[in-house]
Amino acid sequence: MRHLLSTADLSRAQAIRVLDVAEDMADVATREVRKLPTLRGTTVVNLFYEDSTRTRISFEAAAKRLSADVINFAAKGSSVSKGESLKDTAQTLAAMGADGIVLRHPASGAPRVLADSGWVDAGVVNAGDGTHEHPTQALLDAFTMRRRVHGAGSRGRDLDGLRVLVVGDVLHSRVARSNAWLLRTLGATVTVVAPPTLLPVDVSRLGVDVRYDLDEAVAEVRPDVVMMLRIQQERMHEAAFPNPREYARLWGLGAERFRRLPPHTLVMHPGPMNRGLEIGDLAADSPRSTVREQVANGVSVRMAVLYLVLAGDREDPS
Amino acid sequence: MSTRTVLSQADIARALTRIAHEVLESNRGPEGLVVLGIPTRGVVLAERMAATLSSISGVDVPVGALDVTMYRDDIRRHPTRTPQRTSLPPGGVDGATVVLVDDVLYSGRTIRAALDALGDHGRPRAVRLAVLVDRGHRELPIRADFVGKNLPTSTSERIYVRLDGVDDEELVAIEGGADS
Repeated sequence: MRHLLSTADLSRAQAIRVLDVAEDMADVATREVRKLPTLRGTTVVNLFYEDSTRTRISFEAAAKRLSADVINFAAKGSSVSKGESLKDTAQTLAAMGADGIVLRHPASGAPRVLADSGWVDAGVVNAGDGTHEHPTQALLDAFTMRRRVHGAGSRGRDLDGLRVLVVGDVLHSRVARSNAWLLRTLGATVTVVAPPTLLPVDVSRLGVDVRYDLDEAVAEVRPDVVMMLRIQQERMHEAAFPNPREYARLWGLGAERFRRLPPHTLVMHPGPMNRGLEIGDLAADSPRSTVREQVANGVSVRMAVLYLVLAGDREDPS
Repeated sequence: MSTRTVLSQADIARALTRIAHEVLESNRGPEGLVVLGIPTRGVVLAERMAATLSSISGVDVPVGALDVTMYRDDIRRHPTRTPQRTSLPPGGVDGATVVLVDDVLYSGRTIRAALDALGDHGRPRAVRLAVLVDRGHRELPIRADFVGKNLPTSTSERIYVRLDGVDDEELVAIEGGADS
């Protein structure tokens, strides 16, 4: 893998390979020495044009567990606020010897531009671009589902037949987009549930079923997984729903609705949660919630991605 | 290119049995032994050896697999390899006498990586090395404690180890070489 830009690029075999390597990486956390020497002498730059403490820390922990050197570059208060372009920033970092660039950018497609432009030789990992994709989040979600469903026998398995409900702000959610593509590649069926104002115009391109009524969807789909998306208030320039209380009542996973889920249904949320809006305390803190597991698995999955992108011969990747 | 079989299935079985006896002799019994195979074929050999050790001594000898992919010194010279599973016996390796098992000992670099990997899992009392074939050409100061067969080779030759459980035949063969 030369870069990781989109889950739409991943074949089923490639996706399973990432998840299997992530299983090995998760085992490292249980050992006496929780570190591998694999990326010693390699430099990874976290180039973040948007605030994201969780994703940045997760990538930083992953790179450090593989013994890479990590440079964190936050655009705020940097040369970027003086007007430096992505090209110049990236080339500056490359001149300092960056082997891998983990890029979070508000413009959809920025990681693809950086990877294809020839500006730098470094491996590029998309850590979220605009309202487009967040591939490592989708991979860690798939990893979490696979572990909950198949347990210790997860290696080599896909998510065939799993029914996943993705609920909420699909329009602004790169998590939803990356998940829709990856979960389908892995054999799951994905249904999105959202108010019509929070669905993209091109929703058919996601290859998912679309529903507008959450209670109806739960009753008819009988989902194995319910993934609640965060209401991204920072991206809502227009009023997508009348008020938060109405949203919580119709599309939130409150106590009442959580009790009506099938007893085996997992509750996922990419975090950070808006408690009381898209998810209630009962659902968020229940043993069927995977929110904290998702965070732990995030480190393992990002280790796997950094390993596959950066460890081998970059001229001859496979 | 000529291919010559140097060990048959029966030869391999005899070598493993002899090595098992030697391991028990040098360890003065099965106490504290842990057998760890290096994937892929070292794991198959380790499992067979542990079974033989257990049947000779009447004590269950723990066995596991130790992957060294992440510890190799040539990792950046090859396309990214998919690591294989490491599984240690529940008792771990602290204070144990670990017998590392691999199919072919050549440069010694795999064993160097295995020693580093092992150190990250705990602190064994001692580490021994058992190999089915030692073909020479060491690049590091490493030697095997137990050897199935010494095979002097030239570097232009290739050694093939085929084992039931991984391959559909079982033998050790030499291919090629400048003189053939």
